Amino acid sequence: MNPHGTWIAFRTILRKEVTRFMRIWPQTLVPPVITMVLYFIIFGTLIGTRIGEMGGFSYMEYITPGLIMMSVTNSAYSNTVSSFFSAKFQRSIEEMLISPVPNYVIILGFALGGVLRGLIIGVLVTATSLFFTKLSVHHLAVTLSIVVLTALLFSLGGLVNAIFARSFDDISIVPTFVLTPLTYLGGVFYSINLLPEFWQGVSKANPILYMVNAFRYGILGVSDIRVEVAFTMIAAAILLLFALINLLLNRGTGLRS
Amino acid sequence: MEYTGRPAMNALSIRGLTKTYANGVSALTGIDLDVAEGDFFGLLGPNGAGKSTTIGIICSLVRKSSGTVRVFDVDVDENFPLAKSYIGLVPQEFNFSVFEQAIQVVTNQAGYYGIPSALAHERAEYYLGKLGIWAKRHEPTRFLSGGMKRRLMIARALLHEPRLLILDEPTAGVDIELRRSMWAFLREINEAGRTIILTTHYLEEAESLCRNLAIIDDGRIIQNTSVRKLLSQLNCETFVLDVDSGDEIDEVSGYSMRRVDEGTLEVDVKREQSLNPLFAALSTQGVNVLSMRNKANRLEELFLDLVGEEGA
Repeated sequence: MNPHGTWIAFRTILRKEVTRFMRIWPQTLVPPVITMVLYFIIFGTLIGTRIGEMGGFSYMEYITPGLIMMSVTNSAYSNTVSSFFSAKFQRSIEEMLISPVPNYVIILGFALGGVLRGLIIGVLVTATSLFFTKLSVHHLAVTLSIVVLTALLFSLGGLVNAIFARSFDDISIVPTFVLTPLTYLGGVFYSINLLPEFWQGVSKANPILYMVNAFRYGILGVSDIRVEVAFTMIAAAILLLFALINLLLNRGTGLRS
Repeated sequence: MEYTGRPAMNALSIRGLTKTYANGVSALTGIDLDVAEGDFFGLLGPNGAGKSTTIGIICSLVRKSSGTVRVFDVDVDENFPLAKSYIGLVPQEFNFSVFEQAIQVVTNQAGYYGIPSALAHERAEYYLGKLGIWAKRHEPTRFLSGGMKRRLMIARALLHEPRLLILDEPTAGVDIELRRSMWAFLREINEAGRTIILTTHYLEEAESLCRNLAIIDDGRIIQNTSVRKLLSQLNCETFVLDVDSGDEIDEVSGYSMRRVDEGTLEVDVKREQSLNPLFAALSTQGVNVLSMRNKANRLEELFLDLVGEEGA
C-alpha cells in the first residue's frame, strides 16, 4: 500500500472510531462529566473545605488536575478496549484483517480514537471544574503533552486488554481490579508527602502517580515527583506497548486461529 | 473470456497446505489446488471438510501450519499486503458492525484498501445499485433482511475491484428468486474477467455457475476437475416423467421403472442408454409424456457418491 493509501486507511479507522463514540455520546461523553461533578461536590466542596490547604492550594484546586487526568485515562482506556473487543465480538475486525492495511496503522487508528475521546472528556471535565474552582495553567506545554501522552498510553493499554479478552467480563477486570485502585492510590486525592516514608516508596512504584503529578505540575506548578522522570516513563511505556501490540497483531494473537 | 494478450496465470496456487489447530484437530492434511485466472471455481465439501479453513488461510484469517499459497503469483509469505489487495472475500457469517449504516460498511472497507472517498462513494452507488440495496444505504445494517445483508457483503467485497472474489456460502438462507438474481450478477462479473471461487451447499448452484471444481473432504482434495468431466462420470440418472395415462404401464425392456402415482413415473437411465427407445415404447402403449425432470441434481448424486466412498 502506498503512503497515500496508508493515510486514507488511517483516516478511515480514526473516523470510524470517532463516529462510534460520538454516536453513543450519552454512554461515552456524559457519564464521566456527571461522575466528576459528584467528585467536585463531595470531595471538593463538602469534605475539601474541612481539609484546608494541600501543597499551598485549596483542596479543590489540588485535586482538580488529578480528577481531570482520571477521567481522561478512564475514557481513553475504555474507548479502545470496548471498540476493539466489540469489533472482535462482531467479527467486523476481519474487515481490517483481510485488507492490506498495515498493523501499525490499525494500532494508530484505534489508539488515536481513544486519545481523542480522552481529550474531549478532558475538555468537558475541565470546563465543568470551572464552576467549582479557578484554574490557571502554570506550564501549557507540559500540561498538553502529558495529557496527550497519558491518553495514548491508556489507549494502548486498552488495546492490549481487548486483544487478549475473550468475553465482556475480561474487558472490565483490568479497569476494576487494577486501574481503579492504582488511580485512587496514585495521588489524585492527596500528596504522597503526607504518607510515611515506606508508603511513599511503595507509591512511587505506581505509574499513575507520575502521570497525575506531572499533569498537576503543568497546571499548578507543584509535584511530588520529577516531571522529567514522568515523561521518560510514559514515553518508554508507550513504545513498549506499541511494540507489544504490533507483535501480537503480527502473530494474530486473539484474532487468528 | 476476452483475450488480453497476457499469458494465462493461476489466480490461486496452493501447495502442500496443512492446518492443525491448537486443540490438535487437523483441518487440512496437505492440499494442492490451482485456480486459473478468469475461472468460476467451486470448492465443495461436507461441513467440517476444510473449505472455510482453506479460505481463511488464503485471506489471512487463519494461520497455516505449512505449505505455500500464491495469489496471482504473489507468495503470501513474501508480500501478503499485495496478495490481499487482489482478494475480495464474502464470508459465510455476517461480519460487519450492526450499528453502522450500509453505506458506511462499504465505504469504510474501501478506505482500508486506500481508496479515496469520492471513488469509494461512486463504486458504492454502482455496486449497491446493481445488487438492489442502494435505497437502503442509510439503514443501520441490523435492520436489513438476511438477503440484503448477503448482498451488502458482496458489494463490500467488490469495492476495491479485486481480481479474485471468494464467496463462502454467499446464498445461504436466501430465497430462490433472489438467489437466481445473485447468480446472474456473479456470472456477469465473472464474464467481465474476475476470477471467482465459490463454496456452497447448493450443488445446483455449483453446477449452474462453476466451470471447474474441487471436492474437499476430511482435509484433503478428493476430486479436482471440470464440472463437465465430473458429470460425465455419472453412471445413472433418475428421471421423473409426468404422464397422462391412468392405465397400467408395462415395463420397458432395459429400463428400471417405478410408478409413483397415477400421473408420475420414475425411470433409471444408465449413462450408455438413450431415452428414445423409452419414449417410443411408452408411445406404443398410448402413454403421453407431458414433462420430464431429473429426480435429484446430477452433481448432488455424484457428490454423495464421492463423499460416501471416502467415508466408507
